Amino acid sequence: MKIIRKTALILAILLPALAQASETLTIRIGFIAYHPDQGPVLSNLIPEPKDRGFKGAELGIKDNNTTGRFLKQKFNLASELAESPEQVSSIAQGWLDQGIKLLVADLPATQLTQLVDLATKHGAAVFNAGSYANELRSKQCLKNTLHTLPSRAMLTDALAQWANAKRLSDWLIIRGDTPEDIAYADSLKRSSKRFGINVIEEKTWDFDTDLRRTAQKELPLFTQTAEYDLVVVADERGDFGEYVQYNTWYPRPVAGTQGLTPVAWHRVVEQWGAAQLQSRFEKLSSRWMNDKDYAAWAAVRSIGEAVTQTRSDSPEELFSFITSDKFQLAGFKGRKLNYRLWSGQLRQPIPMVHPKSLVSQPPLEGFLHPVTELDTLGFDKPESQCQVSFSN
Amino acid sequence: MKTVKSTLKPLAAAVLSGALLSTPAWAETAYVSNEKDDTLSIIDLDTMEVTATLDVGERPRGIIFNRDRTKLYICASDSDTVQIMDLKDHTIIGELPSGEDPEQFALHPDDRRLYIANEDDALVTVVDTVTFEVLAQVDVGVEPEGMAVSPDGKWALSTSETTNMVHWIDTETHELVDNTLVDQRPRHVEFNQQGDIVWVSAEIGGTVSVIDVDSRQITRKLTFNIKGIHPDKVQPVGVKLTDDGRYAFVALGPANHIAVVDAKTYEVLDYLLVGRRVWHMDFNSDQSMLLTTNGISGDVSVIDIDDMKVIKSIKVGRYPWGVRIKP
Repeated sequence: MKIIRKTALILAILLPALAQASETLTIRIGFIAYHPDQGPVLSNLIPEPKDRGFKGAELGIKDNNTTGRFLKQKFNLASELAESPEQVSSIAQGWLDQGIKLLVADLPATQLTQLVDLATKHGAAVFNAGSYANELRSKQCLKNTLHTLPSRAMLTDALAQWANAKRLSDWLIIRGDTPEDIAYADSLKRSSKRFGINVIEEKTWDFDTDLRRTAQKELPLFTQTAEYDLVVVADERGDFGEYVQYNTWYPRPVAGTQGLTPVAWHRVVEQWGAAQLQSRFEKLSSRWMNDKDYAAWAAVRSIGEAVTQTRSDSPEELFSFITSDKFQLAGFKGRKLNYRLWSGQLRQPIPMVHPKSLVSQPPLEGFLHPVTELDTLGFDKPESQCQVSFSN
Repeated sequence: MKTVKSTLKPLAAAVLSGALLSTPAWAETAYVSNEKDDTLSIIDLDTMEVTATLDVGERPRGIIFNRDRTKLYICASDSDTVQIMDLKDHTIIGELPSGEDPEQFALHPDDRRLYIANEDDALVTVVDTVTFEVLAQVDVGVEPEGMAVSPDGKWALSTSETTNMVHWIDTETHELVDNTLVDQRPRHVEFNQQGDIVWVSAEIGGTVSVIDVDSRQITRKLTFNIKGIHPDKVQPVGVKLTDDGRYAFVALGPANHIAVVDAKTYEVLDYLLVGRRVWHMDFNSDQSMLLTTNGISGDVSVIDIDDMKVIKSIKVGRYPWGVRIKP
C-alpha cells in the first residue's frame, strides 16, 4: 500500500490573511497539580490515576497544535506535579520568570489562591481545573482566573433539579466529616432550597467499624429516620459512601458523591461527538477521561480557541477575548460553552451518571432562566459578589 | 430492462423484490444507515415502508452511491473500513482501505477516487475504488467530518470539527492549499450545482457559512431562530440544495426542525418539524421529496417539497445517520 502523507506547511504562505504572520507564534502553557494525601479510607478504592489532569492538558495541546499547524501557531506544555504545597509556588515562580503566563491548575483552593496571587503580579492568567470550592465562585473572587471545573454548587444544583423533576423531594443527607464532605453537604442544602427539596434529616457518619463486613448491619439502622425519597451522600473521597446503596432502611435510590452522581465528565458521556473526544483521550493515555482531565482539556482548548481567533499570545488579550461574547467552546456537551462574566465559571451541562450509563444531563427542560438555562446551575449573577477582572 | 425478475411470475417477483433482488425500476428505494444497530434499513418509497434490514459493518455512518448507482459505499466507522455493497443483491463485495474511523466521504466525479474523512486520525484518505489503493493521506484538522468534491472535480473539501476549518485540498496534487476558518464544529459541506458556492454548517456555532469558491472567503452567514427553542439547541448539520437553485434545506439537529432557505436570497422561509435530532437528508430523483434521518427518535421523516410539509415518518433502526435514495 502506497501512502503519501502530506503536511502542507507551505500553504500558510498562500493564505492572504496570514501573509504577515511569517513567524510561528509559540504559546506556552503550564499545567501544575498538587494531590494532597486523602487519608485512609474504608472502601478499597479504585485508585485515582496519578496523571489525572495531566493527560487532559496534553490532549488539549495536541488538539490545539493540529489546528495551530494551519495558522503557524505552536502550543507547548510544561507540566509538574508538586510534592508539597510550598513547591507549588516555587514551580510557578520558575515558570513565570521564564515567561510562561498561561497557567492551568489542579490544586486545592488554598494553593490555588496562592498561585493566583503570584500570577496576578506577573500579569498571568490562571485556569482552575482542580477546585470545586463554592467560595471561589461567590465570595472569594479571584482576579485573572477562570474556572473550567464546575463548582460543587453546579453539581448539587444538577442533582436537586433532577430530583425535583422526578419528584424525589424528601432527602436524607448523610455526610462524612472532612471539610470537603461538609462543603458538599452545605452545597446540597443550598440546592435543596433553590429547587424546593425538603431535607428531612442530615446525619454525619462517624463510625469506625470496617464496613466491608458490617455494612448490611450498620447502614439500615443508620438510615432509619422519617421516610425519605432519596438518600443523598456527601463523601467525596469514597470512605463509607460506597456501602450506602442497597443498604438503606427504606428501599430508596442513592445519589450524590455515590450512586447517581453529578460530574463534570465521565466515560459514559458519548453523545454530541463526545465519543471522539473519549477515543482520542483513550488512545493517548490508555485509560478513561475523568472530570479533572476534562477541566484541564477545556482550559487548554479555551486558550487555543482564543489564540486562533485573536492570533495573540498576550494573557490579557486572550483573557479578554475568552470573557467576551465572541468566545465559544465546543465542549462535547451538546451546546456551546462560555464563561460567566461574574465568577469566571465555564457554563456547562452536568452529566448525571452511574458507572455504565448516563442518566440525565441537567439543565433539564422546564427549569427556566431569563438568559440561559445553564445559569440555573451554580451561582447566578445576583448570588455572586464577583466580577471577572484582569490585572497586570 | 432484462433482469431475473422478468422470468418469474408477477407475485413471486413482488415478494422477492424487496428482500432479495434489486427493487423494481418504478419504485425508488432509500438506504438508511443505522449507527447503533450496525444495519442498513431499506425503504420502498412507493409504500413508504421498510422492506429489509441488512447487516453491515460496525457503526455505519456516511453512505454514498457510485455514479450509476449500482454500488453503495458504506463508512463502517468502528470496523475501520469502507464497505462496498452490490445493489443488485445487497451483498458486500469488497472493503476499501479507508484508514481509521471513516465517517463521511465524497466521490470524485471521475467515479473512482473516494475522499474519506478519518475522524480519529485528523486525516483525509484518498482511495482508488478500482485498484483499492490508497493514493494519498492528507493531514487536516482535528476530527474531520464533512467531505465534498466540487462538481468540476478540482477541489476536495473537508471540515474539521474541533479545528473549525474548511480545508481546501487540490485533487491534482493532493496538497492542502488553503483553510477557511468557520464557526464552531463544522459538520457538513455542500457545493451548489454550479460549483461556485459552498455551504458549510457549524453545529455548535449555530450557523451556516456560505463560501465563495474563487476567493475561499465567507460571503454570508445564516442564523436560525425558531420560536420556543433555545438558540443553543439550534445546531445545523446536514445541508441539501435543490438542483434548480431554489431551495436549501438545513437539518437543525436537536432543534428537531429542517430550515427551508431560499437559496438565492438566503432568507429562511420556513421551519419544518421532523423527528428528534435530525442530521442528514437526501432527495428523491425528481426532487419532489426529501428524507431526513432522525437519530434519537430512530425514524426517517418524509417531506413533500411542493407542499413544504412533512407527510410521513418511517421507523428505522437505532440512530439513523445517513440516507441515500436510488431511483
